[in-house]
Amino acid sequence: MEYFLQQLVNGVTLGAVYGLIAIGYSMVYGIIGMINFAHGDIFMIGAFHALIVFLILGAVGISWLPLALLIVLIVGILLTSLYGWSVERIAYRPLRSSPRLAPLISAIGASIFLQNYVQLAQGARPKPLSQMVSGGITLMESDAGFAARVSYIQIVIVLLTLALMAVFTWLIKGTALGRAQRACEQDRKMAALLGVDVDRTISLTFVIGASLAAVAGLMFTLYYGVIDFFIGFVAGIKAFTAAVLGGIGSLPGAMLGGLLIGLIEAFWSGYFSVEYKDVASFGVLVLVLIFRPTGLLGRPEIEKV
Amino acid sequence: MLVIEGIHAFYGRIEALKGVSLEVKQGEIVTLIGANGAGKSTLLMTICGQPRGQGGRIVLEGTDITAMSTHQIMRRGIAQSPEGRRVFPRMTVYENLQMGAINVDPAHFEGDIQRCFELFPILERRRGQRAGTLSGGEQQMLAIARAMMARPRLLLLDEPSLGLAPLIVRQIFSVIRELNQQGVTVLLVEQNAFHALKLAHRAYVLVNGQITMTGTGRQLLADPEVRRAYLEGGH
Ligand SMILES: Nc1ncnc2c1ncn2[C@@H]1O[C@H](COP(=O)(O)OP(=O)(O)OP(=O)(O)O)[C@@H](O)[C@H]1O
Ligand SMILES: [Mg+2]
Repeated sequence: MEYFLQQLVNGVTLGAVYGLIAIGYSMVYGIIGMINFAHGDIFMIGAFHALIVFLILGAVGISWLPLALLIVLIVGILLTSLYGWSVERIAYRPLRSSPRLAPLISAIGASIFLQNYVQLAQGARPKPLSQMVSGGITLMESDAGFAARVSYIQIVIVLLTLALMAVFTWLIKGTALGRAQRACEQDRKMAALLGVDVDRTISLTFVIGASLAAVAGLMFTLYYGVIDFFIGFVAGIKAFTAAVLGGIGSLPGAMLGGLLIGLIEAFWSGYFSVEYKDVASFGVLVLVLIFRPTGLLGRPEIEKV
Repeated sequence: MLVIEGIHAFYGRIEALKGVSLEVKQGEIVTLIGANGAGKSTLLMTICGQPRGQGGRIVLEGTDITAMSTHQIMRRGIAQSPEGRRVFPRMTVYENLQMGAINVDPAHFEGDIQRCFELFPILERRRGQRAGTLSGGEQQMLAIARAMMARPRLLLLDEPSLGLAPLIVRQIFSVIRELNQQGVTVLLVEQNAFHALKLAHRAYVLVNGQITMTGTGRQLLADPEVRRAYLEGGH
């Protein structure tokens, strides 16, 4: 029971990180119908921004954690979304009206570019960050002495994710910006006919996706304490899997998919073997796609228009 | 209000408009009739910059808009209810109307939406329903109401009566007349040539991307060629 609870806590934490990245894949797919393969690397850039700003804050002596976190969050989001915005402007927008394969290849190019850029600028070796938050709460302890614990970092990650999802849902459902975003997703030409600046809306979509990825990068850095230029590839593939599992284009689906992938990984590593946890995630994906090709919350294509 | 001079429009290599000139004066209802594929919808879309007009000029209230992008044009007091309705299927009726008012001072919103609901009471009853699940006629009403929410001075309507029951058609035409009396200038494309010509101050006939005839609505209604081509068996 304690062991089960521990895997649950770990899985939810991991799922929160995947979910935040998955939203970026899903939103971009929804609005321009392409997979932004550079999104995982935007997450990696976000992780590096978090690391660098933490180190700078440490050097200038700002050590009160809530303040440091807030600064890292804001600076990280600003810088990382600038990267997301640039990727769209440079790599995708000029190819907007080309055949689908062109932007896809451009996306892979952008991904390789970002990895190499960080590798050159920051070095290839893993970068550690000294532990910022320690301690936690013991939830349950067995007679044999195994304790299920939730660390403070895990609490921060889950709370921050919930808060972000709430803000994000309100943004999409309740604001004029969100309506314009959904309108472009459903009929770009009509949105333009109503006076919506479609290019600007697409840019904003990339900025929002990159902001969420920046927060995920921050969480990853705090949680694992070590990052390198390649983390975006692995996390990106997982988050992409999560987006497809939940139904690509569906935002609640991305969150749900992230959570499921996180749980599957945690439980598989906990009860079977760490080596094959990825096989488990992809196996579930394959199964779901066989029975529900549109993913768990994706909409079926039949629609009266 | 709107002056089009010698405009051409292309889809790839297909030339859909071959030097069209047309004028809509302040306060008029102008009707455009023509066979399927003549280029009527293309002309309305070209005014809005999609596809972009070439070769000539499009002037709206004294400003040359030929080279402007669609969203810039649509912020200059012009609105279109396009062919095929194009309501946002996964948004509610209310949200679709909000989209119509996206560039309008929010202070007008409540009054404007009430006016739409008075004209089309069914929309008020369906306000929370997703537009994709409305009936065809209801979607048509929503598309017109959405265009009205933009408070246009010039309203472009592409076959607003398509797929509507006769009673509703009459209602739509009386809505157009009423809007016009309140000062809205209207450019109307219609298959329902009889009603549309009766309503129009002036009209144009478009054939294969070229204007072949123009006159008052009454003149065209009486013209034997127009009668044969567009009013056969009609009323
Ligand atoms: N997106 C497009 N791509 C290629 N050709 C097009 C496109 N849209 C229209 N056309 C062509 O341009 C010509 C004019 O089409 P348009 O839709 O303007 O006709 P219309 O007068 O509105 O006809 P209808 O009464 O059937 O609506 C047609 O020959 C059509 O095939
Ligand atoms: Mg047409």
